[in-house]
Amino acid sequence: MERFRSFLASDFFYAFKRAPVAIVSFCIAAFMILTAILAPLIAPTNPFDPSTLNLMNGFTAPFSKNDFTGDHFLLGTDDQGRDVFSTILYGLRISLFVGFSAVLFAMVLGVSLGLLAAMTGGRTDAIIMRIADVQLSFPAILIAMLVFGIAKGITPPELRNEVAVWVLIISIGLADWVQFARVVRGAAMVERQKEYVEAAMLIGRGRVAIALKHILPNILASVLVIATISLALAIITEATLSFLGVGAPPTQPSLGTLIRIGQGFLFSGEWWILLFPALTLLMLALSVNLLGDWLRNTLNPKMEK
Amino acid sequence: MFRFVGDPIENMLGQERTDADIDRLREQLGLNDPFIMQYWNFLSDALRGDMGISFRQGRPVVEILVERLPATLELAFVSAIIAIVVGVILGVYTAIRSKGFVTNLILTLSLIGVSLPTFLIGILLIYLFAVELNWLPSFGRGDVVQIGWWSTGLLTSSGLKAIILPAITLGLYQMTLIMRLVRSEMLEVMSADYIRFARARGLPERTINFRHALKNTLVPVITITGLQLGSIIAFAIITETVFQWPGVGLLFIDSVQFVDIPVMASYLMFISVMFVLINLIVDIVYVLIDPRLRIQGAA
Amino acid sequence: MSLLEIRNLKITYPDRHGEFTAVRDLSLSLERGEVLGIVGESGAGKSTVGNAIMGLLQSPGRISAGEIEFDGISLDTLGEEAMRQLRGKRVAMIFQDPMTSLNPLLTIEDQLVETIELHLKMDASSARKRAVELLDQVGIADADMRITQYPHEFSGGMRQRVVIALALCAEPDLVIADEPTTALDVSIQAQILELLKRLCRDRDMGMILVTHDMGVISETADRVAVMCRGELVELGSTQQITQNPKEEYTKILIAAVPPSNKRIERFVRVEQDAKIKLESKHSNDVLTDYWDSLSGSGSENGASREERSDQPILKVQGLNKIFRSRSGFLAAKGADTHAVKDVSFEVMAGETFGIVGESGSGKSTISRLITGIHPLTSGTIEYDGIDISRKSSDRDEMRRRRQIQMIFQDPFSSLNPRMRVGDIICEPMLVNNLVESRAEAMNIAEALIGMVELDADATRRFPHAFSGGQRQRISIARALASKPRFLICDEPTSALDVSIQAQILNLLKDLQSKLGLTLLFISHDLPVIRQMCDRIAVMRLGEIVELAPAENIFTTAQHTYTQDLIAAMPRFEQA
Repeated sequence: MERFRSFLASDFFYAFKRAPVAIVSFCIAAFMILTAILAPLIAPTNPFDPSTLNLMNGFTAPFSKNDFTGDHFLLGTDDQGRDVFSTILYGLRISLFVGFSAVLFAMVLGVSLGLLAAMTGGRTDAIIMRIADVQLSFPAILIAMLVFGIAKGITPPELRNEVAVWVLIISIGLADWVQFARVVRGAAMVERQKEYVEAAMLIGRGRVAIALKHILPNILASVLVIATISLALAIITEATLSFLGVGAPPTQPSLGTLIRIGQGFLFSGEWWILLFPALTLLMLALSVNLLGDWLRNTLNPKMEK
Repeated sequence: MFRFVGDPIENMLGQERTDADIDRLREQLGLNDPFIMQYWNFLSDALRGDMGISFRQGRPVVEILVERLPATLELAFVSAIIAIVVGVILGVYTAIRSKGFVTNLILTLSLIGVSLPTFLIGILLIYLFAVELNWLPSFGRGDVVQIGWWSTGLLTSSGLKAIILPAITLGLYQMTLIMRLVRSEMLEVMSADYIRFARARGLPERTINFRHALKNTLVPVITITGLQLGSIIAFAIITETVFQWPGVGLLFIDSVQFVDIPVMASYLMFISVMFVLINLIVDIVYVLIDPRLRIQGAA
Repeated sequence: MSLLEIRNLKITYPDRHGEFTAVRDLSLSLERGEVLGIVGESGAGKSTVGNAIMGLLQSPGRISAGEIEFDGISLDTLGEEAMRQLRGKRVAMIFQDPMTSLNPLLTIEDQLVETIELHLKMDASSARKRAVELLDQVGIADADMRITQYPHEFSGGMRQRVVIALALCAEPDLVIADEPTTALDVSIQAQILELLKRLCRDRDMGMILVTHDMGVISETADRVAVMCRGELVELGSTQQITQNPKEEYTKILIAAVPPSNKRIERFVRVEQDAKIKLESKHSNDVLTDYWDSLSGSGSENGASREERSDQPILKVQGLNKIFRSRSGFLAAKGADTHAVKDVSFEVMAGETFGIVGESGSGKSTISRLITGIHPLTSGTIEYDGIDISRKSSDRDEMRRRRQIQMIFQDPFSSLNPRMRVGDIICEPMLVNNLVESRAEAMNIAEALIGMVELDADATRRFPHAFSGGQRQRISIARALASKPRFLICDEPTSALDVSIQAQILNLLKDLQSKLGLTLLFISHDLPVIRQMCDRIAVMRLGEIVELAPAENIFTTAQHTYTQDLIAAMPRFEQA
């Protein structure tokens, strides 16, 4: 309680209260996360339960009745009669799950390697950062595609759909850890020069304790900023991979898969199948990006990049 | 790993194959050799400019790459120009007028740009300019002119028209990154002591902004920009898919789907070579701009 | 009419809590050819005055009342464009840090010529001629050749000369020098001040010298304005202010300045009301118990409570440290730095041993070598009979090494901002198992906080709630928590205001006599060293050039470098 009260009195919360953009994007992001979690409760239909689908309901326009069945769908239906609103809710769920898990994976990997590099220096540092440099030269998409390609090769075909989401998470996480590692290493190198670290060495703290108890808490702000921006990036990367056909399978469509499906109908007039998933993706990525942008400016004005 | 990725022979020969065919092809491709041998052969061949034969098309990979390369390089080049020119101009503008309405507008738009996946931007552009307005073609390269082995679309009007949408799509993301980078670096430079001192000497704003601040801004910007431009070539995969642009990116996507290892490997090598080249260029430019490095290098 | 008239100036910064008044009701005047010193501690608003005259107040600050009149022109109502035309031409400014004041990507020539062309409307070739003349005047030898070089090819002192040349190239009537020598070594400082004074006289130019350093003021200024918290406290001739101050604040300020000419036992208490009570009886007992357990454990080390002895507690022999540089692509390998060269000395138990030197002399490196933060290249360091230059696995030995503790230079980086003060002080006790329980550690921490004269509730707060001086006290408490017998003070007061410095130095002296500590005191500040130390080693470029009892260094220095240092030291004498 005392912590909560001191948070409410902090400069950070004060700045938040005075930034309408931050408040709005925080609310939108929080709302979308909540609906994704509650998707099975909110969604009018379960679009992946074949027994509830009626092909006659296909291509229902949004905000209007279906000509044959008279059923009503808020955002229309796709070619198979699936409710677009429901598919979006479930797609959001997949997108967010992949996004959060990938960022978590990248964060754990990147923060550990970044701290390790900063604390040991010398050869270990050189090797880690060389790998990071090389990987940075390859865009996330390319790395994710390679990981995906390898995974596709080594998993038996019957399991492919089931592991697809995990493969996505690992491939995006492997592509994103470099950002964490670089920022953490940079920040940790700065902290390491500070005298409180020397003081900790003097009282006999070991290197691991210094890294975890002294340095890590002081660079958490930077990690938080990177994590937020990475989340937006991971969601977009996932969508891109799914769009390219190497991501979430049609049985577990993410927003990217939905857009890929919708693209085929855009030019034949069924615009809603593409538009609504695309808008959802935009809103999600934009609100997270705006939040990340604001965090970066507030927590660490010098870290813009 | 290659062994796991499915048997290429199946893809190459199709349905009407005999066991003799399979054996002959296996021997010819060296697929019966141990893994290490295969890798060694690949490396030594690659050094001689022989990247092997595409499993899917049955043609030498180098031939296919050379055929596709000009399309990707031209696209990347035009996008890079757009990204750098527009990105730097907008970055400088938003740094100098750091609080105006236009600045906020540009910054917000740029965030929207970053939040939209490239493929979606491509689809929207196609829908707007090709389908609705019918001003520009929605796919392909248009007419090309052959100059030696290089085929260029930059000399025909249909080629020029065809490159506009893909180039914008590809350049947009890099442009926003460059813009934000230039802006933040420049803002930092503007608060440096030597800028305050320049102001205290009464130098006009114009001189301070463009003679003193801009050059110092460019030093850190160049490295990161260099790396980002490098990634344009790889990012082209997405753009080429959306616009059916006949470049190496599209080739790569196809090869991933058909597990065409020689093509995939050659593509990755090509990307790596590009990065080494770009890094080298960045280092050289760096030394040219920053006298501190120059003197050290000479001493 | 005066060259500059400031009347009832008020400068405010709007902030979260409404408005912050940086300068309040300030009135000053300046004549041609005169040097007016503005002196004050941090937060006094002295730099703000200078920036306001230049029209360069940092946003969102503004002049909310009063006026500034320069040679009949009212500056506070002047438009930005008209102000810009005055800047550099008639009023000029010199900044604190010459390392960052020059554009690193332009040659000296580029920067001088563009300024001269602008203000004197000359063509390029005559502007260049004028630039060379100017460099010559500010004492840069071989100006014709050096003008084509970049800033990084000049040393700090030389860069400040270039900055002065740049500021003076249009022969301004008024110069504002904001801490112009603070970033420079003592010997360079004297030269730069001499140069500024000479230029002022020769050109009949008025100068405002903003500084925190009483020594600089008393050497350079004709008149002095003392500021405190945005207000003018006292204005008078330099002679009157330094020798016969009228206001209470000025008296306190003067009393806190370490005199260069003699050693005093303690600084006069600076607090106006000595309301801070020393530790309570209870905490005294806690600490005595804690401390006694130390002498109990190390049976033969009973010397800890003794006064000065002739037994060396620390022996340093043939110490060398070479920092190897790394090479990069396209950048030639830099030279290795030989930071400490063959240094030997002994520190006696209970004494205060001083190491003095300018930047780059290797004095701080020595402290890092003794504490084991940097590995040494060669030589031996013996503490209390054990060799501590090599790693050891012996627990008892490691524990004895913990008896060497350190107080750092920068109070803003020496405390972990994410830890509560209580945890910071408890950490050494808990890590080294010096106490039975966390509660006991907290008890001792509170007693230590009392010992360094802070309130006990400080333990529950985070470092950012404290000022620089208070943080330095916390830093001392943390060092004491390890029950040290040997305390290294690396420039412990150089980041502090002079009145705070006096308090911290007093505290260190008290603690030393109370706890029988041995101090290794490292500083660049000769008067401070003189107040604190029994013996002094003078270092230059990694070597000890002279080692002698403190008073001998100041009265009968043998080495010419020491003599030069003493001669360049700003005089601030106390009767």
